[in-house]
Amino acid sequence: MQRIIKHRQVVDDRWHLLPKDATLESVPNSDDVIIPLALWLEHGPALRGRDGGLGVWLDADEEPESIAGDLDRFQVIAVNFPAFTDGRGFSSARLLRERYGYKGEIRAIGDVLRDQLFFMRRCGFDAYAIRADRSPEDALASLDDFSEVYQTSVEQPLPLFRRRG
Amino acid sequence: MYVYDEYDQRIVEDRVKQFRDQTRRYLAGELTGEEFRPLRLQNGLYIQRYAPMLRIAVPYGLLSSRQLRKLAQIARDYDKGYAHISTRQNVQFNWPELEDVPEILAELATVQMHAIQTSGNCIRNTTTDQFAGVARDELVDPRPWCEIIRQWSTFHPEFAHLPRKFKIAVNGAVSDRAAIEVHDIGLEAVKNEAGELGFRVSVGGGLGRTPIVGSFINEFLPWQHLLGYLDAILRVYNRYGRRDNKYKARIKILVKALTPEVFAERVEAEWANLKDGPSTLTEAEVQRVAAHFVDPAYKALDDLDESLARLDAEHPGFARWRARNTFAHKKPGYVAVTLSLKPTGTAPGDVTDKQLDAIADLADRYSFGEVRNSHNQNIILADVEQGELFALWGELRELGFATPNVGLLTDIICCPGGDFCSLANAKSIPIAEAIQRRFDNLDYLFDIGDIDLNISGCMNACGHHHVGHIGILGVDKKGAEFYQVSLGGSSARDASLGQILGPSFAQEQMADVIDKIIQVYVERRTEEEPFIDTFRRIGIDPFKERVYAANH
Repeated sequence: MQRIIKHRQVVDDRWHLLPKDATLESVPNSDDVIIPLALWLEHGPALRGRDGGLGVWLDADEEPESIAGDLDRFQVIAVNFPAFTDGRGFSSARLLRERYGYKGEIRAIGDVLRDQLFFMRRCGFDAYAIRADRSPEDALASLDDFSEVYQTSVEQPLPLFRRRG
Repeated sequence: MYVYDEYDQRIVEDRVKQFRDQTRRYLAGELTGEEFRPLRLQNGLYIQRYAPMLRIAVPYGLLSSRQLRKLAQIARDYDKGYAHISTRQNVQFNWPELEDVPEILAELATVQMHAIQTSGNCIRNTTTDQFAGVARDELVDPRPWCEIIRQWSTFHPEFAHLPRKFKIAVNGAVSDRAAIEVHDIGLEAVKNEAGELGFRVSVGGGLGRTPIVGSFINEFLPWQHLLGYLDAILRVYNRYGRRDNKYKARIKILVKALTPEVFAERVEAEWANLKDGPSTLTEAEVQRVAAHFVDPAYKALDDLDESLARLDAEHPGFARWRARNTFAHKKPGYVAVTLSLKPTGTAPGDVTDKQLDAIADLADRYSFGEVRNSHNQNIILADVEQGELFALWGELRELGFATPNVGLLTDIICCPGGDFCSLANAKSIPIAEAIQRRFDNLDYLFDIGDIDLNISGCMNACGHHHVGHIGILGVDKKGAEFYQVSLGGSSARDASLGQILGPSFAQEQMADVIDKIIQVYVERRTEEEPFIDTFRRIGIDPFKERVYAANH
């Protein structure tokens, strides 16, 4: 079982991430699964009556706008980082939280390494599937790389200039 | 200038800790070279031809004498005794050891300096007019706005990994000395009919491989909305800018692909969601920042036109220097002085540790303890009393800063080129030197007058060759170094990009080529007509004919 960082702790993860080309038939009835966006867009109604939990994952070029009306269907939304240096997922997470009000888990998947975590946290991620060859325990510390920030963000609604003493 | 409070200081110190640990992990093999690369780049650390290069941020070019002394000490202790002023008003060290960089950053943090976001695909140092706050033609002091943008852009959580680098420049004067139209975002501070402050916003300008002059997408953005609007532009770019090809990843490619009109609509749509949010600037914040940029304690003085003219008559060298290296000041009795870092035989923009210390002393004695770096790679003492000008000139001559060539042909903008940079196709410094040696007659140089000659060693265009009145680009032809010449570029208001003259030249031909170009100008100009105006009037053909005729 994969171990991920969730709510600042390393925990066992029960969710199964289905690949991008997954078909409706490959979705088990009772397991907790995170399905690719395309599957949801095509078979949304058929996926609603399952016993298991449901999550969806967005690739870097897939838009949160496309699931904005369905957010209460998902316990998890995973956002893929195809490369460490691909920052599109930061915007996706902020939009999910700040514009569409998503309250469930937002999980970073893909090329996720500790030096992104501080930014991810501020953009609204609360779970991180650290790349399999790296230790999630080591990565935890980077959630707090900085003790102060200038900008507004998901977790800090006021920019520093509205908070300076 | 801006002085850190406890918050600013803590952020910079946290960065030192973070980078110390990143470097430790890299050296311990916990991070691969490929993984360390974006981390070190966002801290200005390049792996270069012979050694790492460390680029230190100098926000909008302002430095205190204390900071200059720290840079001098770092040059002595960690480098080979010199530093380089870059075309983004920053400072570069060419010879630090990678292992020492965390310690260098810790030293810098003690004087409120850092290397944050000086490279990499993120928002870079915001630049402005080197005469900000003292220029007579200034309408709005851009420095508080640069500082507000600096804070907004520092570790912005959403824009840490953009498709490509991102550069913002701000202008607040009638003349544009900040080259805003060739920036990813150019901001021009303006006042509307009601006297309210706002910004004209240009996007999608840039040099590099595909040089483009930016498009204005907003004619008046009220100042309160500056950060929200920047967020909107950056969000559209972060989401939709190309990431499949790094040569097509700058915002200018997106703006061009969508058209500026459609890009503006996307920004407006995004901004509609962000407008009036918590990032809306407050009067209190603008005043807090602006309070750091109020006038120093100027004396009530009169302009000394007559006594300076007498000194000019007695000392032709002083007259020459004053004509080129001083700039009119808004306060009577004061003047801004440019220290030329372009004497013949020194790489343009290079300055030694001893010179840095000496400049710090000059700043303390003549100019309220502050200097500015210019994007033309010179250093400015912005607030000199006219009555001290003659004494200052004497000191500058001894230090080698009094070459009277500011704005002239030998005041060359030049990237480090193939002598240092691993990206370069060709050397640039020897070309600059060959041209400086050819044009060593000051009378002739003065007669030629205002001209921007810019040299880049590769198409990344760090030397801004596209916007030089004469631009020189190093190219690689089957492993040999050649140079392509362009004419007619300008980074001033109504910016233009240079036109390529024709086939490229070998290194040893370059001084001759420039000579011929200048001859055509001198023959064809009308009285008082600067090079760029002559070029715009007669076009490129007369230059082409002269330069290539001789090859037959």
